[in-house]
Amino acid sequence: MFAYIVRRLFAVIVMLLVVILVTFGIFFAIPKFTGSDPALMYVGKQADPAAIEGIRQKLGLGEPILEQFWNFVRGIFAGRDYASANDSVHCPAPCFGYSFRHESPIWPELTSRLPVTLSLAGGACVLWVTGGVLTGVVSALKRGTVWDRTAMTVALSGVSLPIYFTALLSLAVFKYKLGWVGGEYTSFGDDPGSWFGGLILPWVTLAFLYAAMYARLTRATMLEVLGEDYIRTARAKGLAEPVVIGKHAMRSTMTPILTVLGMDLGALVGGAILTETAFSLPGLGQAAVAAINERDLPMILGVTLITASAVVFANLVVDLLYAVIDPRVRLS
Amino acid sequence: MTAPLHDTDAAQTAAVDLAADLPVKAIEGRSPWRIAWIRLRRDKFALAGGTVVVLLILVALFAPLIVGALGHPPNEFHEDQIDPLFSTPKGSWGGINSDFLFGVEPTNGRDVFSRIVYGARVSLLVAFLSAVVAVVIGTVFGIVAGFFGGWVDAVISRVMDLLLAFPQLLFIIALVSVVPDSLWGLTGSGVRMGVLIAVIGFFGWPYIGRIVRGQTLSLREREYVEAARSLGAGRGYILFRELLPNLVAPITVYTTLMIPTNVLTEAALSFLGTGVKPPTASWGEMLARAVDHYEADPIFMIIPGLAIFVTVLAFNLFGDGVRDALDPKGSR
Repeated sequence: MFAYIVRRLFAVIVMLLVVILVTFGIFFAIPKFTGSDPALMYVGKQADPAAIEGIRQKLGLGEPILEQFWNFVRGIFAGRDYASANDSVHCPAPCFGYSFRHESPIWPELTSRLPVTLSLAGGACVLWVTGGVLTGVVSALKRGTVWDRTAMTVALSGVSLPIYFTALLSLAVFKYKLGWVGGEYTSFGDDPGSWFGGLILPWVTLAFLYAAMYARLTRATMLEVLGEDYIRTARAKGLAEPVVIGKHAMRSTMTPILTVLGMDLGALVGGAILTETAFSLPGLGQAAVAAINERDLPMILGVTLITASAVVFANLVVDLLYAVIDPRVRLS
Repeated sequence: MTAPLHDTDAAQTAAVDLAADLPVKAIEGRSPWRIAWIRLRRDKFALAGGTVVVLLILVALFAPLIVGALGHPPNEFHEDQIDPLFSTPKGSWGGINSDFLFGVEPTNGRDVFSRIVYGARVSLLVAFLSAVVAVVIGTVFGIVAGFFGGWVDAVISRVMDLLLAFPQLLFIIALVSVVPDSLWGLTGSGVRMGVLIAVIGFFGWPYIGRIVRGQTLSLREREYVEAARSLGAGRGYILFRELLPNLVAPITVYTTLMIPTNVLTEAALSFLGTGVKPPTASWGEMLARAVDHYEADPIFMIIPGLAIFVTVLAFNLFGDGVRDALDPKGSR
């Protein structure tokens, strides 16, 4: 078990390094390929040639990609100075890059936005896992009934509705027409009540989409599991139905759900781009969209890294949980 | 997901059909595709979805004719339809009347009907072609990884893992936005659409690739492959004549289920402002415009939202039906 974790952690680090390298490659190679100047993208179109040249020197854009990559990785652990002929800025460790657009290091910006995104993803996740899995299990057990048909029709509609549309609809109805919820995002530390009030609509909207997906997945998996021999054996042993379902069938039903959950949560931690945009929540996703519109490449790189790390770590946790949940899985 | 609800009905009708057929016709073999087609024909939801899909394709193909008969050119301004005081459409329900079937856009009075019709072109074209890109890359890499195994498989699998760990939407937005407006002599929405297709397709291939690889892994050990090999068949023959035909079913299923996802992605990108360039009509772009007006004119938000919903739902229903029809376990 311990050896497995160490090996996986090592793989995670390698994976993240490759993610940084590829992100670097894409954002440095594409402008070359299409004939535009990366330094220009860091400062904006109106910048004067001297400023562009300064940034080129500070970032070391003239150096080979691998060397830029190495400087970036070193900056994460040791901090980094961006120096040109005229001036120099210091970016303390952990330095995940420096936004020349906003003249500030990336890391504090990321950490200030992370709680918003975590609140959104966490709350929605609790809602959709309970709602989706329960609906899916009940549908599978009552297969073919009116309940099953209704639930699955709603679920299919749910996965077909774009989130930015349901977000606008729910805002129009519950915020502007009925006035039930409202308010901006407030951090939990400031006022738990308005934190809840500001997030309830985004939670429900986001959770509805995912609950629909999870209900479909749970139902399909549950039906497959119920056809397995060991379920028949459990019933033949005379086990009560709740034990057969709750203990035996649920365990293997949860395995594929966990896989998807790991990927989804990881991706959401990197910013629920559409939800945050539609509800104007100041999270990582919104920062990413803003960064893209301003061509603030260091910020894009930062958010990408956070997301990729979250996905990779979530997958690791999921793999460890497999062994706990499914008795057929043995880690080696 | 819908078909299993009707399994019992389908099985009964099948039994009745069989009984009715038996005395008259001699027993004949049915090819798997024929069985799938018979099953699909009995699935009412899948047929409804398929019908809507065909209608949508026709609408997209004949957009100029339809708009010529029932609407106004998509970029023609009709300020006479707009209330100058509030810049909302004159009349209730977003200005819907016999002349403007879906009403007019706030502020400039463009015909919503013709923009929806032309939007179907963008939506379907991007969704189909990016699915083609994903399927071609995914099938080639998946089959190569599964068939050759060893280091080839290791490299391709790691690349797929890596791509799946990337924050896709973020990357797509970023990539689309760094591509300049004119490229290799192309300009305007042509470039944008090409980039959208390439990028959405590129991030979609690992999903198909993983499925194809898994299937190939199990297929290559089958007796018929062994038989072909012992008869002296070369690698190319085994790959294309023995393996590929058996992969068509899963590839078909995932392609039909990938198209609705691509429709949503294209709409999301246009919603965020990185999709096709205005004034080209796109459903996502219409929703983004509706954000500023949805309190005063909710109809302008609901119509493009419904267009996306109906399209995605139809493809999902049809895709679910195709999957159930091609599932060899479905005949229970």
